[in-house]
Amino acid sequence: MSQTPGRAYPRESLAAHPPNDAPAYASTRLRAPRRPLVILPHTLTELTGPAYGHDSVAEGENDLTLGHAGAPLGERIIVTGRVLDEDGRPVPHTLLEIWQANAAGRYIHVNDRHDAPIDPNFTGAGRVVTDASGGYAFTTIKPGAYPWRNHHNAWRPAHIHFSLFGPSFVTRLVTQMYFPGDPLLGLDPIWQSIPDARARERLVSSFDIETTKPEWALGYRFDIVLRGRGATPMEDPHHG
Amino acid sequence: MAERGITPSQTVGPFFAYCLTPEAYDARGIAGNEIAGPDAAGQRIHIEGRVLDGAGEPVPDAMVEIWQADGEGRYPEAPGNAAFRGFGRAETDVDGRFVFVTVKPGPVPGPDGAPQAPHIGVSVFARGLLNRLATRIYFADEPANEGDPVLALVPADRRETLIARAVSQGVYGYDVRLQGEGETVFFEI
Ligand SMILES: [Fe+2]
Repeated sequence: MSQTPGRAYPRESLAAHPPNDAPAYASTRLRAPRRPLVILPHTLTELTGPAYGHDSVAEGENDLTLGHAGAPLGERIIVTGRVLDEDGRPVPHTLLEIWQANAAGRYIHVNDRHDAPIDPNFTGAGRVVTDASGGYAFTTIKPGAYPWRNHHNAWRPAHIHFSLFGPSFVTRLVTQMYFPGDPLLGLDPIWQSIPDARARERLVSSFDIETTKPEWALGYRFDIVLRGRGATPMEDPHHG
Repeated sequence: MAERGITPSQTVGPFFAYCLTPEAYDARGIAGNEIAGPDAAGQRIHIEGRVLDGAGEPVPDAMVEIWQADGEGRYPEAPGNAAFRGFGRAETDVDGRFVFVTVKPGPVPGPDGAPQAPHIGVSVFARGLLNRLATRIYFADEPANEGDPVLALVPADRRETLIARAVSQGVYGYDVRLQGEGETVFFEI
């Protein structure tokens, strides 16, 4: 995708992210870097990024309930929202990739050993590209919670993994969407690793009766905000 | 327009492969580890290495992504550069290994218009990484490294961690050490 003139990526916004070092999440102990990050002024390399538009996604890839002999088990849901920048402007024509466990909390991944059934009618991977107003929608089933051995009796809250590109290398984001009212959220070291409670809440979707389709599927809304403001380069000392 | 806080990052977890790097699942991913088609400008190279943790053990469930210019220093959006997508993805194997098949990038403009030494933008994702880790690959045989404005920001005794070395004709070796001895320099971008 081409470099957008006048785009700025204020560094203060990065405070919303979790720290790399989060001891309650055991896998960080041998993997999180210990040395301070080196601040990189944004150059052409950071201000450009790969373009995956509508031609990278086939028809139906945003419906995870299709493509098998039968319908998957579980609660059918629609997840919809908009991808926006920090000014609230839409991020159009950008790719979202999602993956998730089935209704029993089991991934199709070969390394998932959770003693819960595979659903022959569910893979759990999908893609969609945002429309001109930044909107997207997936049809899927509600994923189950699953145990993960981080500590005694550790269970991940139900979640859908999201991967997005946005307009540049800087805007790349991998995150997880959660469901409202999940009692496991307060016990989850991954969600809790986000220091600011308001930022944490931005990962929790909201139930939406307007999105819910009668006699068909429950609806959840999940908006995603990527880095980027409309400031001119003069206003951002870090801008290349 | 209303100011909005950004969506925070979460780990990619251990089970991304069937979506993001699904070749082993007989599915089509959006990008693989071959970045340059036959018509891309530049010297064809392989970059191979391992992702290692703080104990020096291989990380068998990481995803490495790269973003780069072609041999003439052009990012893919440049006019007439349809042969080059500039982006690749690789999942590490059980030994923590990854490989990219690409072209050696040319110099690209830097912050003040002066050229930057040839380099590749790198993102590392894995279980245990709550954020994408951003780093760069430079090339040992590039005299331009001396004057590169980004390398100059890196403490001299850590620059080595960003530099790929030729291990055989057309093959560069480059390891990512997440933590500990020889920890790779990661950038705040
Ligand atoms: Fe998960």
